[in-house]
Amino acid sequence: MTEEIIIAGFGGQGVLSLGKILAYSGIMQDQEVSWMPSYGPEMRGGTANVTVILSDDRINSPVLNEFDTAIILNQQSMDKFESMVKPGGLLLYDPNGISHHPKRKDIKIATIEGAKEASELNNKKTFNMVIMGAFLKIHPIVLMENVHKGLEKSLPPRHHHMIPLNEKAIKVGMEEVKVIHDYK
Amino acid sequence: MEEVKLMKGNEAMAEAAIRSGVDAYFGYPITPQSEVIEYLMHEEPFKRTGMVVLQAESELAAINMVYGAAACGKKAMTSSSSPGISLKLEGISYMAGAELPCLIANVMRGGPGLGTIQPGQSDYFQAVKGGGHGDYNLIVLAPSTVQEMADFVNLGFDLAFKYRNPVMILSDGAIGQMMEKVTLPKQKERLSNEEIIKRYGSWATTGKPESRERNIITSLNLKSELQEIHNQHLQNKFKTAEKNEVRYEQIQCEDADYILVAYGTSARISQKVVQLGREKGLKLGLLRPITLWPFPKKIISELADHTKGFLSVEMSAGQMIEDVLLAVEGKAPVAHFGRMGGMIPSPSEVLDAVEKEINKILK
Amino acid sequence: MMTTAVITPEEIIKKGKIVFEKTKLMNDCTLSYCPGCGHGVAHRLVMEVVDEMGIEQDTIGVAPVGCSVLAYEFMNIDMQQAAHGRAPAVATGIKRVFPEKYVFTYQGDGDLAAIGTAETIHACNRGENIVIIFVNNGIYGMTGGQMAPTTLPGMKSSTSPYGRVVETMGYPLKITEMVATLPGVAYATRQAVHTAKLVTKTKKAIIKAFQNQKDKKGTSIIEIVSNCNSGWKMTPVESNKWLDENMLAYFPLGDIKK
Repeated sequence: MTEEIIIAGFGGQGVLSLGKILAYSGIMQDQEVSWMPSYGPEMRGGTANVTVILSDDRINSPVLNEFDTAIILNQQSMDKFESMVKPGGLLLYDPNGISHHPKRKDIKIATIEGAKEASELNNKKTFNMVIMGAFLKIHPIVLMENVHKGLEKSLPPRHHHMIPLNEKAIKVGMEEVKVIHDYK
Repeated sequence: MEEVKLMKGNEAMAEAAIRSGVDAYFGYPITPQSEVIEYLMHEEPFKRTGMVVLQAESELAAINMVYGAAACGKKAMTSSSSPGISLKLEGISYMAGAELPCLIANVMRGGPGLGTIQPGQSDYFQAVKGGGHGDYNLIVLAPSTVQEMADFVNLGFDLAFKYRNPVMILSDGAIGQMMEKVTLPKQKERLSNEEIIKRYGSWATTGKPESRERNIITSLNLKSELQEIHNQHLQNKFKTAEKNEVRYEQIQCEDADYILVAYGTSARISQKVVQLGREKGLKLGLLRPITLWPFPKKIISELADHTKGFLSVEMSAGQMIEDVLLAVEGKAPVAHFGRMGGMIPSPSEVLDAVEKEINKILK
Repeated sequence: MMTTAVITPEEIIKKGKIVFEKTKLMNDCTLSYCPGCGHGVAHRLVMEVVDEMGIEQDTIGVAPVGCSVLAYEFMNIDMQQAAHGRAPAVATGIKRVFPEKYVFTYQGDGDLAAIGTAETIHACNRGENIVIIFVNNGIYGMTGGQMAPTTLPGMKSSTSPYGRVVETMGYPLKITEMVATLPGVAYATRQAVHTAKLVTKTKKAIIKAFQNQKDKKGTSIIEIVSNCNSGWKMTPVESNKWLDENMLAYFPLGDIKK
């Protein structure tokens, strides 16, 4: 199994840490992982994206131009990455702030109201975990027990008291994700 | 106990430095490798192992601090990215001349000049031709994974002390910034001063006891006759390294009709290209040099006997291709595909280039 | 009328009559310096201090680029030769991995105050626990008498053949005064070696500097204003006179920070 994922949005949405938690969860189930960020000035408030690969085999390129899954969190990223989803792949996005919705017919498209759900949880920082829950509902590539271990590994100990809230956010994401188009 | 972690290439190299018993790191911040000194300052190895970590006032100062520490028989290293390495070359040439072991990491970015902060591989010529003035070579290691960023620290120092010569880890912004699973080496103890005197007391400036003549570390010899003899000695050393230290990896080269040659990030991308090509029925292989100097000439020459062609894939205008051409010795066509200025080629555009070259050969 | 006591050479070399002996830390080779140059005395003083303190087994010196590039040939201790201007960085590297050793640099004005200004200031600013011996003769001697950062206004050199014009070539740099303002510097002094009295004072300053290093006080810098009779195109005697009248007027002797 190999899952090639692009996560793209604004800096500050927790894009990079979402990728890191996914990657750590993969390590917890003995998979090979790679986490390749866009880096540089665009990280300071501009767009941020990270390519995350989880695989049972040695990972070749950490840099890709087509993905099994694109998790899209702003319009610029939608414009850039919609066309890069492999046929039969998944495009998951938060419709909040999206004016041009995806038009592809050959992929699965799902939405999650991440920003809305996070504010209902009274913690906007849970946004990326809501998104992760939505993704894992559709592509359960890592087991929840490994996500728990991944959270423990990637969060500094002083933030470990936040793990239950993060897990709650993942659950909310799993419950609230909607598949709005399926290619089948 | 071995420890598995998710780390950036830069961080893995820094942690490996602590665990390899390195005595001193001298650095200066520059993107995309500032994580090395940031990580070290955060980890405070001066408390863990007694390793010195110092932020110098410039790359020039940093490399000369390495010179001073290395001349004492200590394991000293520095790291930088392309523009900073250009500044360090003065010191690197002096160290090659004075026969000092040390490790220098170049986490390359696009150039020339200030260039860009995105990954590049356009410092290949600089690295494999020595970089600075004079007749000398560096042993150049090219990691293509975060694991190798960690592993090459220890390997680099082993080679540096074996040949009393600077060793370079030639990496790039992608390998430096990406995170992968890494198994960290076990903690090695730093050598005691007594052990250093025992091992390197014949040349290192450890303070002159009455029992020996003074040790002098210099690259100067005003008498040309003697300077030539010194140069001959250096060249013999380089010949030995060329014979003994070639390292490479072959990926599906056994039955390959067409072979890509690539290192670092380009090698990772090319591995994907081999996979995609084979899915389309193209018998592709990848030869990945691990040492860029000494270059794996012999294996490439052997592969050229039964291969239809080669593509040198580099994030540069075509630098390594010159070494591939020399190794192939005209036995097969050699082409180049590259992106420049910090652009990373995508697997599909490399595959397109491969198919174009194969079609040319078939015609 | 005075009577002259006749002393034969044999008498002079008789053990009991020896009043001065070259330190064993100065090698028995010919110095490469021009006759009349102050470097030889400065070298000897540093080595005498190391010898007298009994620290030669624990002392590592750093030679610069310039006339004293071959200092390591003359001093019988472990030494390193640094790239032009980089001696304070090299010394930093040594001292950081061997904090228990005594480390000194020996540099000229071009090396320390032009190409190596950044290394000098930052080593001093970090308060590196080293000794810097800075020989200032107002000219680049080794390369044939070019203008130095310390060349006096109006002074002729091969690159200021009509005299240093401060409007276009800048002013002589008083770098010892500059670094004396830095908290990392424990001791900054300006001395000279062209008279016997000054030689004695300079030696005292060098002793103090090495003692500071022993006591981990930070950076000690000793500027030695010296002559360059070849570069100044004078006889040794004329150059010493010129030094007294001109160099010392711009670079006054004495402790700047103690």
